[in-house]
Amino acid sequence: MSIATGAIRGVQEVARDPRSWWRRSKGNVELWANLIVLGWALVFMLWRGGGFAITVGSVFAIWAILAISLNLVVGYTGLLSVGHIGFFGIGAYAMAVLTSSASYEQLRTEAIPTFGWPFFAALPISVVLAGLVALVVGIAFNRFRDDIYVLVSFGFAVIAFTTFLSWRNLTRGAFGIHEVARPAIGPLVFEGELEFLALLLVFLGLVVLISWLIVTSSFGRVLTAIREDEEAIEVFGYRTTHYKLAIWVISAMMAGLAGALLASWSTFIDPNSFVLLESILLVSIIILGGLASIWGSLLGALAFVMLEEGMRFVPFLPSEFIGQIRQVILGILLVLLMLFRPQGLVGRFKL
Amino acid sequence: MSTEVDPRVYVLETREISKSFGAVKAIDQLTISILREWITCIVGPNGSGKSTLINLLSGLLPLDGGIVVVDNVGLRVVKAHDSPDHGITRTFQEVRLFDQISVWDNIMVVLTERRVFPALLERTKPNHKVEAERILKSVGMWEKRDAMAQDLSYGQRKLLEIGRAMAMDVQIYLFDEPFAGLFPRMLEQVKSILKEMREQKRSIVFVSHNMDIVRELSDHLFVLDSGALLAAGEVEEVLGRSAVIDAYLGN
Repeated sequence: MSIATGAIRGVQEVARDPRSWWRRSKGNVELWANLIVLGWALVFMLWRGGGFAITVGSVFAIWAILAISLNLVVGYTGLLSVGHIGFFGIGAYAMAVLTSSASYEQLRTEAIPTFGWPFFAALPISVVLAGLVALVVGIAFNRFRDDIYVLVSFGFAVIAFTTFLSWRNLTRGAFGIHEVARPAIGPLVFEGELEFLALLLVFLGLVVLISWLIVTSSFGRVLTAIREDEEAIEVFGYRTTHYKLAIWVISAMMAGLAGALLASWSTFIDPNSFVLLESILLVSIIILGGLASIWGSLLGALAFVMLEEGMRFVPFLPSEFIGQIRQVILGILLVLLMLFRPQGLVGRFKL
Repeated sequence: MSTEVDPRVYVLETREISKSFGAVKAIDQLTISILREWITCIVGPNGSGKSTLINLLSGLLPLDGGIVVVDNVGLRVVKAHDSPDHGITRTFQEVRLFDQISVWDNIMVVLTERRVFPALLERTKPNHKVEAERILKSVGMWEKRDAMAQDLSYGQRKLLEIGRAMAMDVQIYLFDEPFAGLFPRMLEQVKSILKEMREQKRSIVFVSHNMDIVRELSDHLFVLDSGALLAAGEVEEVLGRSAVIDAYLGN
């Protein structure tokens, strides 16, 4: 709400006295970052039309949930995890295995058990499963911090990917899982892309709300203190291991939710969506947008998705290079950002 | 000595505690008793184990041996997160604030709920706000409440850290060099804070190298040397002993 009222007040100010507004806002990087990313997205969507906007919106919603969930761990608590893609994958595979109704007899690969569950029955299972795995992993991770934490979370990402690839009886390995169910409430089936986008945005709204409640609670304040000086806050009576474990599990559940939504949205998943590189991209997104800022994660995810989808329309680029060039640009952006604005576009905290 | 303790007088005791870092004995079989509702000062040359002692008492370092007695209970293991339950809080020799959060949150964070799930549901409470405002005003940091802790000057940081300790409603306050690097006005401010805390029946332990302040403030004095107790007792008397003069004060 404060964003909306702020925007209205901003527009009024510009209309009243454009010159003084310009003088005061010239150096406001945060404002310009917001305007550029939002304006760019808006112009692009208007130019490419509804279908494009819906696709971009859906991809954005999934990445935004993922980015916010990781920001709780990295930005607020200061645990630099590069393994989050693992929980994303667990959520996605749980959804895919439970809801897929593909008849694999026609395919020349091994059959896997199909359950044909409805989406809304599988969704809580996906979320809880990601949370349970996070609980076990988190207990093991609790003794580590800083650079060692990066390494062990890296290890988790590799293990998760290898599991998705090699546990063929369950995941069909590199062949992936087809015909993941779309959500349905009674007779209302979210077949259309627009309906699905609406559903995604509802979930995104929920995640934003829950995250906001967490970071503005007493619990959230303790998380930032853990990030700043874990030993010091411990002396004041906080069992930091419990706090770290709690936010780790909550975050993993959100990532699992994002994964489940991805599986259903694309109706097909294979291990390629859960490689380590994706995890690194995710970390880049939250650093780009801004650590310890929910709005920053939304903005970062939007900028990333626009970069990813938008690059496709750059006329002079040969299409086979687009994927790589995207990563190059993201890399350059990150280097520039770390040099000139280490807190990210709208962040509150420098790594 | 330790067999005739009167629990009404001693608030915190150590019995033959030790701590080594590799081959170096930082604290060597140290037995001291800290008086309730008094100001106790610990002095000693650099490396004599003063900070290590405070780190052991607050659970930041594990004991190698010996026991710490609080509330008539002997502890072989002191956990950092239990130290407020033992009635202990502290400041650090090198100021350790939560740098990238506001001055306000630096105080609020030690006032709020400790248990994980209630903390998740707890929003900012009015009584916590009142308390934080009182603390910030008493250390003269109320106007700075929205600044990030890292943007404060050294003296302000020192004061804020003392304020953060004051926000803890406990019996024993361990101040590790609260006067180091302060200019005179702030020095007076910290002195009056300590005196006021003594008025309020708190037990204070502080480390200092400033002999004028030690003479002015402390009721009781411990002199450490190489991790062992060199002398203990009333201030002027201890500082007059030749062993203390040789080890620490020079001529």
